[in-house]
Amino acid sequence: MHPAPSVIIFTSLSGLGFGLLVLLGLGLPAPTGIMAFIYFALAYALAVGGLMASTFHLGHPERAFKAFSQWKTSWLSREAWLAVAALIVMALYGAGLVFYDLALAPLGWLGASLSLATVYSTSMIYAQLKTIPRWNTPLTSLLFVILSIAGGGLLAVQIPVALPLLVGAGIVQVVYWIWGDQAFDESGTNMASATRLGDQGSVRAFEPPHTGTNYLLYEFVHVVGRKHAAKLRIISLILMIGTPVLILSMNENIFLILIAVLAHAAGLFVSRWLFFAQAEHVVGLYYGKR
Amino acid sequence: MTQLPTSTDRKLGLVIDLDTCVGCHACVISCKGWNTENYGAPLSDQSAYGANPSGTFLNRVHSYEVQPEEGAAQLIHFPKSCLHCEDAPCVTVCPTGASYKRVEDGIVLVNESDCIGCGLCAWACPYGARELDAAEGVMKKCTLCVDRIYNENLPEEDREPACVRTCPAGARHFGDFADPNSNVSKLTAERGGMDLMPEQGTKPVNKYLLPRPKDKMEEIDILAPLLAPIALEPKGFMAWLDKTLEKI
Amino acid sequence: MKDQPFVDTSPKVSDEVRKTTCYMCACRCGIDVHLKDGQVAYIEGNKDHPVNQGVLCAKGSAGIMQVNAPSRLQAPLKRVGPRGSGEFEEISWDEALDLAVSWLKPTRERSPEKLAFFTGRDQSQSFTSFWAQNYGTPNYAAHGGFCSVNMAAAGIYTIGGAFWEFGQPDWDYTKLFMIFGVAEDHDSNPIKMGIGKIKARGAKIISVNPIRTGYNAVADEWVGITPGTDGLFILAMVHELLKAGKIDLHYLAQYTNAPVILDAESGLLMRDKEGKQLVIDHATGKLTAFDQKGVSPDLNGKHTADGLVHKTVFHSMVERYLSAEYAPDAVAEKVGISAGRIRAIAAELARVAFDEAFELDQEWTDFRGEHHTKMVGRPVSFHSMRGISAHSNGFQTCRALHVLQIFLGTVEVPGGFRFKPPYPKPSEIHPKPHYKVTPGAPLDGPHLGFVHGPDDLALKEDGSPARIDKAFTWENPMSAHGLMHMVISNAYAGDPYKIDTLFMYMANMSWNSSMNTKGVIDMLTDKDANGDYVIPQIIYSDAYSSEMVAYADLILPDTTYLERHDCISLLDRPICEADAAADAIRWPVIEPDRDVRGFQSVLCELGAKLDLPGFVNEDGSQKYANYADYIVNHVRKPGIGPLAGFRGDGTNSGRGDVNPEQLDRYIANGGFFVEHIPAGANYYKPWNAAYQNWAVNIGLFDSPQPYLFQLYVEPMRKFQRAAEGHGERQPPEHLRERIKLTLDPLPFWYPPFEDNQGDENEFPFHALTQRPMAMYHSWGTQNAWLRQIHGINPLYLPTKVMQQSAFKDGDWAKVTSAHGSIVVPVAEMAALNESTVWTWNAIGKRKGAWALEENAPEATKGFLLNHLIHELQPPKGDGLRWANSDPVTGQAAWFDLRVKIEKTTVPTESQPNFATIKSPVGQGPSELIWKVGK
Repeated sequence: MHPAPSVIIFTSLSGLGFGLLVLLGLGLPAPTGIMAFIYFALAYALAVGGLMASTFHLGHPERAFKAFSQWKTSWLSREAWLAVAALIVMALYGAGLVFYDLALAPLGWLGASLSLATVYSTSMIYAQLKTIPRWNTPLTSLLFVILSIAGGGLLAVQIPVALPLLVGAGIVQVVYWIWGDQAFDESGTNMASATRLGDQGSVRAFEPPHTGTNYLLYEFVHVVGRKHAAKLRIISLILMIGTPVLILSMNENIFLILIAVLAHAAGLFVSRWLFFAQAEHVVGLYYGKR
Repeated sequence: MTQLPTSTDRKLGLVIDLDTCVGCHACVISCKGWNTENYGAPLSDQSAYGANPSGTFLNRVHSYEVQPEEGAAQLIHFPKSCLHCEDAPCVTVCPTGASYKRVEDGIVLVNESDCIGCGLCAWACPYGARELDAAEGVMKKCTLCVDRIYNENLPEEDREPACVRTCPAGARHFGDFADPNSNVSKLTAERGGMDLMPEQGTKPVNKYLLPRPKDKMEEIDILAPLLAPIALEPKGFMAWLDKTLEKI
Repeated sequence: MKDQPFVDTSPKVSDEVRKTTCYMCACRCGIDVHLKDGQVAYIEGNKDHPVNQGVLCAKGSAGIMQVNAPSRLQAPLKRVGPRGSGEFEEISWDEALDLAVSWLKPTRERSPEKLAFFTGRDQSQSFTSFWAQNYGTPNYAAHGGFCSVNMAAAGIYTIGGAFWEFGQPDWDYTKLFMIFGVAEDHDSNPIKMGIGKIKARGAKIISVNPIRTGYNAVADEWVGITPGTDGLFILAMVHELLKAGKIDLHYLAQYTNAPVILDAESGLLMRDKEGKQLVIDHATGKLTAFDQKGVSPDLNGKHTADGLVHKTVFHSMVERYLSAEYAPDAVAEKVGISAGRIRAIAAELARVAFDEAFELDQEWTDFRGEHHTKMVGRPVSFHSMRGISAHSNGFQTCRALHVLQIFLGTVEVPGGFRFKPPYPKPSEIHPKPHYKVTPGAPLDGPHLGFVHGPDDLALKEDGSPARIDKAFTWENPMSAHGLMHMVISNAYAGDPYKIDTLFMYMANMSWNSSMNTKGVIDMLTDKDANGDYVIPQIIYSDAYSSEMVAYADLILPDTTYLERHDCISLLDRPICEADAAADAIRWPVIEPDRDVRGFQSVLCELGAKLDLPGFVNEDGSQKYANYADYIVNHVRKPGIGPLAGFRGDGTNSGRGDVNPEQLDRYIANGGFFVEHIPAGANYYKPWNAAYQNWAVNIGLFDSPQPYLFQLYVEPMRKFQRAAEGHGERQPPEHLRERIKLTLDPLPFWYPPFEDNQGDENEFPFHALTQRPMAMYHSWGTQNAWLRQIHGINPLYLPTKVMQQSAFKDGDWAKVTSAHGSIVVPVAEMAALNESTVWTWNAIGKRKGAWALEENAPEATKGFLLNHLIHELQPPKGDGLRWANSDPVTGQAAWFDLRVKIEKTTVPTESQPNFATIKSPVGQGPSELIWKVGK
């Protein structure tokens, strides 16, 4: 899949933002006044910024509001509803903390649940796609959710929460890669099933339909940079998991924690780049490409 | 309206005969022409005379080589457009309801004024049947020429998809799969029409007829030729000729 | 369902449909052009049209991109920069015509042969040749010499008609369809329709082609033959059929010259005083003219006279084809087909032809007056195209295929190969070549034709060639289409003479229409000692900014095909079907938005300005205002004009007076005219009295012209005899042996010349090209839609070669022939003869041409094989340069090419790389969002 910056930024930032909201909703921490404002401002900047970024890849962003209409069937639509609901509920909860020093715990729990559900629905946009075997697994949701709240924990400087979650996220991430590397071959979709010509012999793509390129090849058959995947995975793990874990387990210096956050975010971007770039759409088979 | 109808009154679609398709791309361009001028936004082209030409097409003809275990390799031309699946994943993922499957005939359409161009339907389609138009920013796909097949401004004989009407070899057939007596149902039954990627669970309406077996003319034993010689040299032949001519 | 959006399922399709004829290739399908707001909105096939019956190929549907192409020339152009630079200034039509007249008029008065007028992919040859004839130059031809002449000449000399688009399989009855060297080509839609039709019926297709694409890909049996060996394969099957006695003896005896007696001394056919070929009547044992009622020609007849036993043609054939050299085992290795498979295919042909023979309950009477109650059908049909034609042994190979057809008795019978009017037509009633030049006066007759012996050659009194292309000379005596591919090199060399003006139409000679492209470019731009161009003046007409434009001094911009009149005439290459005579028109369904004129209309005006007799009235005024005027009012002979339909009062077909309303009647009829052949006249046409009478009525002939198929082509024997020293006109010494060998009156096989030149090990691969179905023919522009399908052409290598040389798709190779080298991208193909490489033809474009951007893939990765092919063979050390063409017809032998392949580093672009031409029309837009009548 084409690793479009808009979707990488969207999933990464909104994941971090809603992860932070989950923690805040759970009262971890439960700041008040200006500190609460800073925490919530950060969470909203990330969540809303991420959501805004997601509209950049739309052909018609001005019609984005129409995306609320199909919550019965569409995970993207559900995500839109859940995100709005989470943001409203958490706004009320946050307002209580900022302006009234009031922590309405049930409201916070509701907001946290909605935030978590938002991240889950984001993940389901990808996990639901049978056409992309690497994504079509509950592991995708697990990865998105655990990275989200681990990142939220890191942002919230909730070390006891963040440390185990980060370690857990690292494990899930590694499992996800290893599992993903065989997902396409195991999916049962191949040249033979795509063309149904397999009974006649081995099938090889000859001429493509057009010597020029097209939307499908641009969007779904991204091979540039894939050969560096192994290196990038290590870089991602070191930045996203290793560095924060090391820092958190050694020190609570705020500057070092800032470095941990930045490293995590950078690692997360790399992970998400790989998430898209390594995902192979079955349509590539028709072009003899993966 | 992204809920799929539980059933459709008719199941319109195509049978594509891979045994007959010569790979001429007539269907590709006829489709491009009709759909540029008709339903929704035109199918645009970028770098039309430049270094990296690309454009929106709703139907493309692939080609594959099949190497049997023994014998010569074969070349198969493979037209592909929207299969108008019964369980169309492109429809259910659509967040705006722009993508829908028509209740009356099962055609999967995009209502372009509702399309936000998120591309998710194309992600969900295993067949590459949907292309986002780079100029208009909306998703384009085969409409089965919904603006031809019922069009009262066209003579009745022309009320079929442009690709079917134009196909010189007659490799494309249009009809109602819900009707067991339709041409497409009969062809599918007779020739064993295939679903593409059945494991994807999309239940495509369009069916593919596979190439008939090729290169089956057996090489005969030199010692027992099919053509029995009547003479091996000219003199004997002319003697045979005289005898034969006498008999005529 | 209320949730569903409203869809207008009955939108207005267009304001108006105008029906005309496609010109996106040579197929000439009927098209419905839908117009909105006066603009072309959509093009589809015309369902009523005899050629395509509603279907239309990719090219046809893409016509809208052709008529709106940015490469369309805008106005007449006069060269201002050096030739090849592409620097022009726009001039008015008056200036353009005055300039042309200032060049052409003095030449005509002094020496009209110094105008060479060649018209490329012209579909108005009966008109352009009429113009050239009136001008008085012998130097006229279209592009048949590098396209089709082997097949056309072999067909017409042998069976009175050819493959190409001049005949068709009997799609309704054929059960076995065998194709040789057929790729996308003329008759493209009818063949696709036919294949679909016979496949639906379960009929089988056998394809013989080194490359398994297109029709060959859908064939039931693929014979991946070694290029240039088809003749050997065919004659091996003839051998098998003869050996088994599986030949149609009745057919051979009745309808061919197999029973005609050969003079044992001269090898000429025995004739009576009236010139009729003589056979031995089986009943009487006496010599009898072949066409007498009741005669039963004896295939084994013998005539003894003056102590000599004269035997039949058939006897010679049996002796030749039963010989061991044509046995399957002897040829298998050379042709790349196992002996067993050759036998199996021969057996299958025989089985279907004889065991599945059938009869139609249709009475008919033959030319001898014999009445038949049935028509015997043999459901085997053949079709063949360039693959066998474009070799230096192509003529004899095409002839061999006709022999195979005839032995199976499957020409012009139900289930077999059928002619389309005006064929069948014996070679004798075609014109002979005319070349007598009189300053200031027309030529003495039509330029092109069919020679019947040395006396018909176009030689001057001193024996030198009369024509600039050396057509109809000892080098290639039967060059019925002229030799367009030799014009530039001969004119440049001044051999046989220098010319003043080269005038060309729709012929991309500085690019894909020439062999040795680079050499031709040099010849077009070279100057003499005085600093003048060696070819002094070049006039060129084209609708588009092709590569050739840059090399002309004066450009006469043509219209696109939807902006013009044309006639697809029975005098030329009509659109007939096996069951009908048909012709068609083009008419301006839209008006040009540029300062351009139809080339034929320009010739009408130019003809008048030059006072050409056919183009001025008695008072000296212009006779035809434009081409439409000519189409309606020209009378070729009494009652016969360019169009056969709606003559006289509109009810006459074929013959009739001029009808001023004729074009309107065509337009009202969908742009075409059809006259069906009556039942009973539509098979056995060369011998069918009813057909012959019908053909006379409709004006194809002036009297019935029944004839025998010429298995033995006597004119060839006459050339051989000259080479043996008989007669006054004698070939030059260096050609004697070659003529003796290659002008054999019975088909035989010899290796393509290029096989014998170099070391086969040095150049181990045959290199071929074919046009892709979506882009066949290059007379248009690089179409915005079609170029997305074919914008790059890799050289396809067989899997074995890919593996041996460790090539991957997208690697680059240096490809070298005896003549030159190119560097090109490669790709793998498994379904390919193991000693063959190939690519799509004419995808490669020159930078600056066709309004493409300079870095268009056609210019950076596309390539031509033409650079590897020379119009001459490499020097042999005999001091002579031999033409790279068929020695009988002069057909360019571009499929003889042999190459070697080496892996090379990735270049930035395909090589050779030519300098950018300045585009006279600028560049096309970067984005197309096309919709008219919003």
